[in-house]
Amino acid sequence: MKKIFIFLRKEFIQIFRNKAMMPIIFGIPILQLLILSNAATYEIRNIRFNFIDFDNSSFSRELISKFTSSDYFILNEVSYSIRESEESFKRNEARLIIYIPKDFEKNYRKDGKSEIQFIINAEDGSAAGVVNNYAGNILRQFNSDILVKSTVIPENTALINVYFSNWFNPELNYKTYMVPGILVLLVTIIGSFLSGMNVVREKEIGTIEQLNVTPVSKYHFIIGKLLPFWIIGMFELAFGLVLSIIVFKIPMLGSPLLIFMLASVYLVVILGMGLFISTLANTQQQAMFIAWFIMILFILLGGVFTPTESMPDWAQFIAFFNPVAQFIKAMRMIMLKGSGLKDILPVFYFFAIYGMIMMSLAVWRYRKSE
Amino acid sequence: MKRFLSFVKKEFLHIIRDYRTLLILFGMPVAQILIFGFAITNEIRDVKIAILDLAKDDVTLELSNKILSSGYFVSYENLKSTNDIEPAFQKGIIKEVIVFEPGFGRNLEKEKRANLQLIADASDPNLANMMIGYTTSIVENYQAGLSEDKVLPARIIPEIKMLYNPNLKSVYMFVPGLMSVILLLVSALMTSISITREKEIGTMEVLLVSPLNPFQIIVGKVIPYLLLSLINTAVVLLLSKFVFKVPINGSLVLLACISILFLITALSLGILISTLSNNQQTAMMISLAALMLPTIILSGYIFPIDNMPLLLRILSNIIPSKWFIIIAKGIMLKGVNFSYIWFETCILILMTLIFLLISIKKFKIRLE
Repeated sequence: MKKIFIFLRKEFIQIFRNKAMMPIIFGIPILQLLILSNAATYEIRNIRFNFIDFDNSSFSRELISKFTSSDYFILNEVSYSIRESEESFKRNEARLIIYIPKDFEKNYRKDGKSEIQFIINAEDGSAAGVVNNYAGNILRQFNSDILVKSTVIPENTALINVYFSNWFNPELNYKTYMVPGILVLLVTIIGSFLSGMNVVREKEIGTIEQLNVTPVSKYHFIIGKLLPFWIIGMFELAFGLVLSIIVFKIPMLGSPLLIFMLASVYLVVILGMGLFISTLANTQQQAMFIAWFIMILFILLGGVFTPTESMPDWAQFIAFFNPVAQFIKAMRMIMLKGSGLKDILPVFYFFAIYGMIMMSLAVWRYRKSE
Repeated sequence: MKRFLSFVKKEFLHIIRDYRTLLILFGMPVAQILIFGFAITNEIRDVKIAILDLAKDDVTLELSNKILSSGYFVSYENLKSTNDIEPAFQKGIIKEVIVFEPGFGRNLEKEKRANLQLIADASDPNLANMMIGYTTSIVENYQAGLSEDKVLPARIIPEIKMLYNPNLKSVYMFVPGLMSVILLLVSALMTSISITREKEIGTMEVLLVSPLNPFQIIVGKVIPYLLLSLINTAVVLLLSKFVFKVPINGSLVLLACISILFLITALSLGILISTLSNNQQTAMMISLAALMLPTIILSGYIFPIDNMPLLLRILSNIIPSKWFIIIAKGIMLKGVNFSYIWFETCILILMTLIFLLISIKKFKIRLE
């Protein structure tokens, strides 16, 4: 037992001796949490649009005014040809062109229907979908306004009223969704990189041999290597949680204790994975590349930025074995939905087994004699 | 010159000898662009929902079938009462609950009015918005089918034209972004590690006392990585063109030139990082922990920049990837020529110069 403590002390001294590491371990994650959480939003406001009005009637002007007076749209410029207007797309100045053809009002008065054109800059597919949605809503509103003015809805039309409610985040605040996810990412990145580089570093500098000849056993060695990062990880998570509650006002419906319980197992998985990578590689460069590859994979397939539900089946299958995805999901469930131990238990078991496998692999790969 | 060439050769040997790193170097960008090109999407598909049918009549059955056959939703469970809704959400599997009021079909027939409630798990606001939008339009379609024989009221019909990406494929958006993220991270990481490695192992000293001047040492270190990254760029471009059918509407030569410029920017950033750090660990933590998330989030790769708070929009200007993504999307999707992207190009050149200038200032010819 005493051996472990001495070993632990050595590890802590080694981590904190490197002055450049302190701000990296503590400063950068916190700064990123504060900054990036504000950036991660799909919400689109202030959509700049151009319009081309060949009709130039009071009717077409009325339609345009619906757009200019909406919160979502800002007029970029009035132009007189589609080609000229598309220049704004190329210069990234507008996202939408509204084209109103000649005889727009005349056709409407004559046939009761008329056409206009929305030309949307769709290089960003999802944003284009949102723009289309907003523009469609305004047009629908305009349609029903002129309908009320002119005709009466036939009495016998059957109508289904659709009501909808957004639970767990009624204001559709992106931060509520993103902050727990980004926090998990930061803790994971720091934890896996630190542990991934640790043993290789000793190998590369040559100090591993000194450790190998000491009476420290394999298990003590692994525990001594992991525990400091485990403590750092838990501390960062706690600090990040406090920040998200105070600064971002993220609700905490479930029990914080449950989060820490889950995190304590989760960190074993991540650190164990890092250590395993560390024992596989010969140089820090290799270790870093492997860790980096796995992290990017975990992060982008983790459901932080894009929903895992819409991925193809094989990607969902990978996502299932992705501890980051599981932990982010569990964090969101506990914080935002107030899920209890009973809902979280499968994830808990999953981490426990996963962690055990990772640790066994790391212990198995680490040999005291080469 | 001969000395310099043999130094470059030595660097090449260093890289090629370490076949594991080489494998990762080439394998990773390919694996990533394949995985993400196929897997990352903002569209919705097979979202698990629960149905609470308090009416259980022909109309609700038909309408639920309509919703479930759309391809967007699959039914995970049928709930029995409103009390089941919250626990169902808490299990974390279903994302939406559809509630039919009691006597739904009867109400629709007799009173011409029926109520349908949609409850979305809005902890993911984007998904919630999409789910409600999709369900509502399915219900509207169904309703339009009911009154097909009746005269449609007068209205204005929009014709929608999606420019540059008619099918709204996410890949179009992601490939240029992924390209820049991979190239920036790989190049910056590789150079920064290779230089700090010499410092850490102690061989830097040997290099410094050699007749090569520091400038030659740095250039010699960068050239092999530049070549490797060029191969990477070519592979990524070929994959995006032939596997994902992302069009290259503009000039390929221009795109190639800009990619090389961006590579140089990334490599000089790597040099800068290496002059700022004393050991590989610090260099890696800076290039990974500090570069990874900002490059993914602030570059416009996933999230549109023009909706970010002002401060972040200003901050995003210092991310090299942002400028590269604008240029790459311009050339690939919009087919623009140089006159549209000269400004972004100048910024990349300026960034490269600044990185190099600071590195030269900071580069120590002596060991401490």
